[in-house]
Amino acid sequence: MMFDLVWLIPTFPLAGVLINGLLGRRIEEKSKSLVHWIACGAVGLSFLVTLILFVQLLGLAPEKRLYDFTWFTWIASGDFNVSVAYQIDPLSMFMCMFVTGVGFLIHVYSIGYMWHDEGRYYRYFAYLNLFMFSMITLVLADNFLLMFLGWEGVGVCSYLLISFWFSDLANAIAGKKAFITNRVGDFFFALGLLLLVTHLGGHGIWSLKFSDVFSNAYLLSPNLITLICLLFFLGCTAKSAQIPLYIWLPDAMAGPTPVSALIHAATMVTAGVYFVARCNVLYSMSTLAMGVVAVVGALTALLAATIALTQNDIKKVLAYSTVSQLGYMFMGLGVGAFAAGLFHVLTHSFFKALLFMCSGCVIHALSGEQDMRNMGGLREKMPITFYTMVIGTLAIVGFPGLSGFFSKDEILWKAFSGEHGSFILWLIGVLAAAMTAFYMFRLIFMTFFNECRASEEVKKHIHEAPKTMTVPLMILAVLSIFGGYIGVPESLGGSNLAEHFLDPVIGLGKGKLFSSAGGPALIHKVSETVEHHSFEIEYWLMLLTIVIVFAGILFAYTMYMKKRSMPEALSAANPSVYRLLLNKWYVDELYEKTVINPLRSISQFLWKGIDVVVIDGLVNSTAGFFMKCGVTWKVSQSGNVQRYAVSFLVGVFVLVAYYMYMR
Amino acid sequence: MNDYQSTYLALSAILFAIGTLGVITRKDAIVVFLCIEIMLGAVNLAFVAFSRANQSAEGLFMVICVMAVAGAEAAIGLAIFVLLYRKTGTINIDKFNLLKW
Repeated sequence: MMFDLVWLIPTFPLAGVLINGLLGRRIEEKSKSLVHWIACGAVGLSFLVTLILFVQLLGLAPEKRLYDFTWFTWIASGDFNVSVAYQIDPLSMFMCMFVTGVGFLIHVYSIGYMWHDEGRYYRYFAYLNLFMFSMITLVLADNFLLMFLGWEGVGVCSYLLISFWFSDLANAIAGKKAFITNRVGDFFFALGLLLLVTHLGGHGIWSLKFSDVFSNAYLLSPNLITLICLLFFLGCTAKSAQIPLYIWLPDAMAGPTPVSALIHAATMVTAGVYFVARCNVLYSMSTLAMGVVAVVGALTALLAATIALTQNDIKKVLAYSTVSQLGYMFMGLGVGAFAAGLFHVLTHSFFKALLFMCSGCVIHALSGEQDMRNMGGLREKMPITFYTMVIGTLAIVGFPGLSGFFSKDEILWKAFSGEHGSFILWLIGVLAAAMTAFYMFRLIFMTFFNECRASEEVKKHIHEAPKTMTVPLMILAVLSIFGGYIGVPESLGGSNLAEHFLDPVIGLGKGKLFSSAGGPALIHKVSETVEHHSFEIEYWLMLLTIVIVFAGILFAYTMYMKKRSMPEALSAANPSVYRLLLNKWYVDELYEKTVINPLRSISQFLWKGIDVVVIDGLVNSTAGFFMKCGVTWKVSQSGNVQRYAVSFLVGVFVLVAYYMYMR
Repeated sequence: MNDYQSTYLALSAILFAIGTLGVITRKDAIVVFLCIEIMLGAVNLAFVAFSRANQSAEGLFMVICVMAVAGAEAAIGLAIFVLLYRKTGTINIDKFNLLKW
C-alpha cells in the first residue's frame, strides 16, 4: 500500500537535522552549498511523498479517505497505549501539502537570504529542518500525544530561530518571550489533555487516538467538554497568536525574515487553527466554546488590524496582519465554518509567506533597514519584488478574483449566516478587512512609491534579489492568485472543492465517517440552513465588502500618495488615539503591570524570603551547630597517650561500678 | 579446698594497680611498656588462680595465649622504640602526640 510510505514524510527532515546538526560544521567547511542541498532536498522529498499520497487519496472514494499507519508503539503502560502513528485523511493531507510545499519554497529562499551568514549556515538549516519535522508530526499525528510532541517541537524551534542572531540581546529576549508565552498556553493545553485522558479513562477508554476520543466523546458531560475545549483553546491562543497571548508574535520578527515567513505566517501559527478544526467534534458539542472561539477571533482580528495601522516597521505591520488574519480563521471556526477557516489557512499561507519573503528582499536590499519611513521608490529598482508583493497585497485585502477574496468572503459570509454567526461578527470582520486594505496599501506606498528616503550609503547597494529568492516569490505569487480557485463558493458558480474535500473530517459532527467506520453516529447536527439560503444576500454582502475594501485602499492612496501631509495632520489632531495605537494599546505594559511584575515580586519573595532565609537558614544553622560542637570538643583529642589511658581507666571504673551497683 | 585463692587474687589486684599507675604516670616509653607487662602478669595470675579453683584447664590455656601475645607485642614494641629513638633521639612519650586535631 502506498500509504505505508507516510513515515517517510517526517523522516526526511529528521535525517536532514541529524546530518546538518551533527556534521554540519565539517560539511560547511568543505562545501557550503552542500548544507542547503541536504536541507532543501530533505523537505523537497517530503513534499514529493506528500504529493504522491495526496493524489492517491484523491483517487479514493470520499468516505474511504482515512488510513491509519502505525509505525511503532511509543508508550505502553497497562491499558494506556500510545503509538507513533500517522493518520492520512483529507485534513492532515491538506495541511501537510502546504506545510511541506510552502516550507520547501521558504527553504529555497533561505539559501539566498542566509548565504552571507558565516559559520552558522548549517545551524540555521538544521533548525529549519527540525521545524519541518515537528510541524509534519503535528499535522500527521493520529493521536493527541504525538501531536503534542510536534506542538512542543515547533515551540522549541521558534525559540531557536527567533533568537537565531542571539548575540543581539533584543533578539534573545524576543525568543524568550515567544517561548514563555507559548509555555503558558501549553500548560493549559496539557491540562486539557490530562482532563481528557483521565475522564475518558474513567469510562474505560485508555486511548488518545483522535478517532477513539471523538467517537467516545459523547460519554463525557457537556460541561467537561466545554472546559476541555476552552483549555485547548487557550493553548491555541498562544500558538496561533490570539488574544490574550498574541503578544509574542510581533516580537518574533526579530528572527531572520524567512523564519518569519515560515513559522510566523505560513505554518506554526496555523497549528491552533488546525487543532480546533481537528477537534471539531468536541467543539461542535459545546456552544459556549464555539462562541468563545468566534468572539476571540473577531476581537483579535480587529485589535491587531488597528495596531497595524500605525506601525512603521515593515515586518511588524505584516506580523500584526498575520495576527489579524489568524483572528479571521478562528472567527470562521467559531461560527462553525471549519472548512472556510482551513481554506483561509491555505490561502493565507501562500500570500503571507509571499509578503514576508518580499519584505525580506526589501530588507536585504536595504542592508537590514526595516523602518518604512526610510524606504520608498523601490519600484523601479526591484521590479520582481514589487510586482509579487502587490499581488500578495491584493490577495490579502481580498481583491476580487484573488485567493484571499474567496477565503475571506467565505468566512465573512459564514460569520453572517452560520448557525453560530451574527451580524456583529460580520461587521467586525468587515471593519478589519477595511483596515487591512488600508495598512497593506500604506505599506506598499511607503515602500515602493515616491522618493527614496534611504541614506546615500544604503542607496548604492539597492539591488534585486538573487534567483533563489525571486523564483519562490514568483511561484507563491501564482499560488496567491490561483490558489483560491479550489474553493470558489457555489454562489459564484464554483463548487467549493476545498470544502467538499474536507467534508469527511469536518463532517464528523454529522456522523458520516463514523457510521461508515462502524462507530456510533454522533448526536450533534450541523444545520443545513446554509445551503438553502438565497444567494441574493450573499451577493449584496460581498459587494458591500468589496466597496469597503476599496474605500480602505483609496484612503491609503490619498494619505500616502496624494496628500502626504495628511498622516501627520491626522495624528496631530488625535494624539491620544495615535499614541494608543502606536503603543499597541499598551497591552505589553498592561501585562507587565498585572502579570509579570506581581509574578516577579512573588518570585523575589520566594527567593530572598523563603529560599535564602528559611531554607538556606535551616541548612546552614544545622551545619553551624555541629561545627561549634566540633570546635568545642576537639581539644579533648590531645594526642597524649597517657591521657587516653586515663580515660580508658575512668571508663572501666564506670562500667564496673555500673555492673556492680546498678544491676 | 581453695585456701589461698583470695591471697592470689589480692596479689593480682595489687600488681594490676601498680601496672596501671605506672602506665599513666611514667614518661619513659620502655617503662610504660614494662608496666603494661606487669598488668598482663597480674591478669595471668588471676587466670591461674581461677583455673585451679575451678579445676579446669581453660584458664591455663588463656594464660598461654596472653603470654604469646605479650611476647609478640614486646618484639614489635621494642622495634618501634628503636626506630623512634633513631628518628627523634628520645623515647619520652610526651613528645609523641601527633595523633590529635
